[in-house]
Amino acid sequence: MSAVPLLKVSDVSKFYGSRIGCRNVSFELYPGEVLAIVGESGSGKTTLLSCLSTRLMPTSGVVEYHMRDGQYRDLARMSEAERRFLMRTDWGFVHQNPADGLRMTVSAGANVGERLMAVGDRHYGNIRAAAGDWLRRVEIEEDRIDDQPRAFSGGMRQRLQIARNLVTSPRLVFMDEPTGGLDVSVQARLLDLVRGLVHDLGLAAVIVTHDLAVARLLSHRMMVMKDGAVIEQGLTDRVLDDPREPYTQLLVSSILQV
Amino acid sequence: MYVAVKGGEAAIANAHRLLADRRRGDRSLPSITIEQVVEQLGLAVDRVMAEASLYDRALAALAVRQARGDMIEAIFILRAYRTTLPRFGYSEPVDTARMKVERRVSATYKDLPGGQLLGPTFDYTHRLLDPSLIGEDAVDEPALKEPGEHVMRVSDILDGEGLIEGDGQMPEGHVMGDLTREPMEFPMARDLRLQALARGDEGFLLALAYSTQRGYGRTHPFVGEVRIGEVEVELELPELGFAVSLGTVRVTECQMVNQFKGSAKQPPQFTRGYGLVFGQSERKAMSMSLVDRSLRTDEFDEDIVAPAQDQEFVISHADNVQATGFVEHLKLPHYVDFQAELDLVRRMRREYEPAQPGGKNVMKEAAE
Amino acid sequence: MNDLANYNFAYLDEQTKRMIRRAILKAIAIPGYQVPFASREMPMPYGWGTGGVQVTASILGPSDVLKVIDQGADDTTNAVSIRAFFQKVANVAVTTRTADATIIQTRHRIPEEKLGEGQTLVYQVPIPEPLRFLEPRETETRKMHALEEYGLMHVKLYEDIARNGHIATTYAYPVKVEGRYVMDPSPTPKFDNPKMHMSEALQLFGAGREKRIYAVPPYTEVVSLDFEDHPFEVQKFDRPCALCGAENVYLDEVVLDDKGGRMFVCSDTDHCEDRRAHGHAGAMLAPAAKESQEAAE
Repeated sequence: MSAVPLLKVSDVSKFYGSRIGCRNVSFELYPGEVLAIVGESGSGKTTLLSCLSTRLMPTSGVVEYHMRDGQYRDLARMSEAERRFLMRTDWGFVHQNPADGLRMTVSAGANVGERLMAVGDRHYGNIRAAAGDWLRRVEIEEDRIDDQPRAFSGGMRQRLQIARNLVTSPRLVFMDEPTGGLDVSVQARLLDLVRGLVHDLGLAAVIVTHDLAVARLLSHRMMVMKDGAVIEQGLTDRVLDDPREPYTQLLVSSILQV
Repeated sequence: MYVAVKGGEAAIANAHRLLADRRRGDRSLPSITIEQVVEQLGLAVDRVMAEASLYDRALAALAVRQARGDMIEAIFILRAYRTTLPRFGYSEPVDTARMKVERRVSATYKDLPGGQLLGPTFDYTHRLLDPSLIGEDAVDEPALKEPGEHVMRVSDILDGEGLIEGDGQMPEGHVMGDLTREPMEFPMARDLRLQALARGDEGFLLALAYSTQRGYGRTHPFVGEVRIGEVEVELELPELGFAVSLGTVRVTECQMVNQFKGSAKQPPQFTRGYGLVFGQSERKAMSMSLVDRSLRTDEFDEDIVAPAQDQEFVISHADNVQATGFVEHLKLPHYVDFQAELDLVRRMRREYEPAQPGGKNVMKEAAE
Repeated sequence: MNDLANYNFAYLDEQTKRMIRRAILKAIAIPGYQVPFASREMPMPYGWGTGGVQVTASILGPSDVLKVIDQGADDTTNAVSIRAFFQKVANVAVTTRTADATIIQTRHRIPEEKLGEGQTLVYQVPIPEPLRFLEPRETETRKMHALEEYGLMHVKLYEDIARNGHIATTYAYPVKVEGRYVMDPSPTPKFDNPKMHMSEALQLFGAGREKRIYAVPPYTEVVSLDFEDHPFEVQKFDRPCALCGAENVYLDEVVLDDKGGRMFVCSDTDHCEDRRAHGHAGAMLAPAAKESQEAAE
C-alpha cells in the first residue's frame, strides 16, 4: 500500500432537517485498501457512502480525493462536470440492485462498453473486444455479449455491473450491499470474484454491508456505525475477533449465532 | 405513364368545401345559433373556455359550432385566436372568498356557515334518458336563493385554527410566471404548474387523479369545498394606483384537503391541493386539485413513485392541443423516411438469407 | 365579430417576432444548441410545422421569395397549406424553384440543388432532442448537453451494429455541430446529412410543440456520428430517377400496380422538373423504355 491516502474524509456530517444521517466521520483510505462500513439499517452507513461518492452533499466536513495528477481535490468544490467525469472514469459504483446500475434494455456488451464510449473510444471492434474480455473476467460466457441483462440471473447481473464499472480501470469503487438479494451460493461465488479482482487490480473499495461475513471476506479494515456515528473501527480481523464496544459485541455474537 | 399525385391545392379547397357542407348538415333544418350554443350547450362552452384559457362565451360557442362539436378542435381554434391578442397586463388574483356562489358543497363538514348549496348539479339526477327533451321542452322557473351572498371558505375555517397549511405562498422575490409567454422549464414552480393544469386536458387530468385514488401516489383527499359562482376580475392601473373591476367570470374552485404533515419542528397540518377552472366543471377542478397535490412532492419530501407525481411527465403531456397535433401528424406523409427504412430492411434481409445454415430461409418457411 | 380577422404581417405580432428573432440569434451564436423559446399557438396543429412556421414568420420580409416543401415536394398537401398560409397573411412571393427562393421551409428533405449564400433553410422539427429516446427527461438531457456527455448516443449506434451488422439509423441521424453539440437534423434521411456540412446557406430549426429553436450558421462543420471501423455512409440507389434519369439523388418508391411493379422517382420534384425541362429523360420517359426492366425490379 502506498504511503499517500487516496481518500481523506474529515468530520463529515449529514443532517436531514433535524434528523441525523451521519455525524463527524473521519478516516483515510489508501490505494488498494478495502474498507467495510457495517451497521444495521438506519445506522447511517448508506448516507455516509452517498456523501463519499458525491451522490449527497455533506452538511459539513470535507471529502478529498487524490487525483491522478497528484493533487488533492475537495469533492464539494469540484464542478458537476468534473465530478461526473470522475465517476465514470476513476471511480465505480456498484449498486445493491443491478437494475440501478445497468441499462436493462441495452446489450451486455454495450453496458460494458458505455464508459469507453463516454471517454471517447470510437472504434467498434476495440470496444467490443474490451467488453468481451471483461465479460470473461467476470465469468460471463462471451457469447452472451449481445444479450440484454433482462435475460440474466441476479448473480450474472451483479457481475455484469461490476464489469461495467471496472472497464475504465478505476482506482476506487464504492459498493452498496453488493451481495444483497442473492442466494447464499451465488453470494459466495460473487465474493470470490470481487476479492480476486480487487486484489489483481489493486483497487481501493468502500463496501457498505450489514453482513459481517462479507466484511470479513473482503475488507482489510472496517468501521461499525450506530445512530449515524462510527463507534468502532480497526483491522477487520481485530474488530470481528475482539470487538470492544458492547454494540459491536452484540452484532458479532448475534451474527455468529445464526 | 404514371403521373405523380398533383393538385394539392385543389384537393384542399375541395376538402374545405365538403367540411363546410358536413358542418351545416341538412339545409332544411335551421342553422344553430351562437346564442343557442351558449345557452343550451353551456358546459361545452365552459370546457372550451377553460382549456383554451380564454373567457369569452360567444367566441367559445363559435368555435364549438365551427368544430362541429369536436371539443379539442374547438379549444384549438380558440387558442390560436387567443395567442394573437395583445396583453394589457395581469389581473389581481381573484378573491374566491367573495364569490357569489351558486353551488357550494363540502365533504368535510356536515353543516357550516352559508350551508351546503347544491346548485345546478347532475349529482342526484337519475341518469335516465328523458324523452320529453325531444322537441320543445317547457321548464319550470327555478327556486333561487338570495343571489350574491358571500360564504366563508372551508379552507379559511381550517386555517383559522391553524389546521391547514396557508394559501400557497411562493418564495420571496418570486415573479409570477406566464406559461403562454415563456418557454417551459423543469423543475417547474407551482404557479406555472397550476397554469398548465388549469388549461390541461380534462380527460387526462381525470385519469391521473383517478390513478392517485387507486394507489398510484395516494394523497388521502377530502373535498374541503367545491364552489361555483361569479368572481370579480380586477386590474391594477398604475395611473390610478388602485385596482378597477373589469367584470366578472364564472369559475369552479376546488379546495382538496389532504393528508397531514408535520415534524418535530412543525405541528401537524393538513395539506392542500388546489383546482380553479373557468366556467362550471367540477370534474376538472377536482381532478386538478388532486393532481396539484400529488405534484408537490418536493415540498413534502415525498418519493416520486407514480405517474401523477412526476411533473415532467404530467405537465409535458397535459395539453390536448399539443397532444392531438403530434399524434395526428403521423398521418402526414412520411414516405421519405419510410423509404429509408424500406431500403434498410430489404438490405438486411438480403444479408440474412445467405447467413442461414444450408441457405434455408427460416422466415420464408414460417410464412409458407 | 368581423374585426377579428385583422392579423399582423406574417400572422405573429411584432413583439413575438422579436422574441423569436432573439432566440434565433442566440441559436446562431451557439451552433447546435437548443434555445428554449416561448412558442405560440399557431393556427395549424402542433407537429404540423408550427416551429418552422414561427421561424419563417419571424424572418420573413415583404421582399422575400418563399418555397415550402414536404418530403421534397412542393405539392404535398401540408406544403401547399403552409405556402397558402404565408401568401394569405404576408402576401409574399412564392416559388417552387429552389434557386429563386430566399427562404425555404422544409419538412424531411434538403433540396438536391446546392444552396447558396443569402438563402435560409427552415426545418420543421418534431422532436429536437437527439437524446430523447435514450433519456426521456428534459432535466437530464439538458445536463448531458451541458456536460458534453454523449456516450449514450454511441451506445445506441453500438447496439445497431451488434444487432444488425451496421448502423440501422436511416433518418434523423444524429450529427455533431462544430465539434460541440450533438444535434438532431430533424427527420431528414441520412442521405441529406452531408449537405448540412459547410453549407453556404443559413439553416434554422424550429420545434413548436417542444418550444426549441436551433441553428447551423453558414460554413459550419456538421459531422454525422459513427465509429472508425463503421463509418457513416449515405443511402445509395441502384438506379437513376425513372423520370429525369438523375443519379445520386434521393428517390421515392412509387407502387405502380398490385403485381409488384415499382418505379423510383426524385423526391425533390422541383429538381426533377428542372432536369426534364432541360431535356433529361429517365427510363419511363425515354422512348425506348423497356417495361420488362421495371417489372424485374
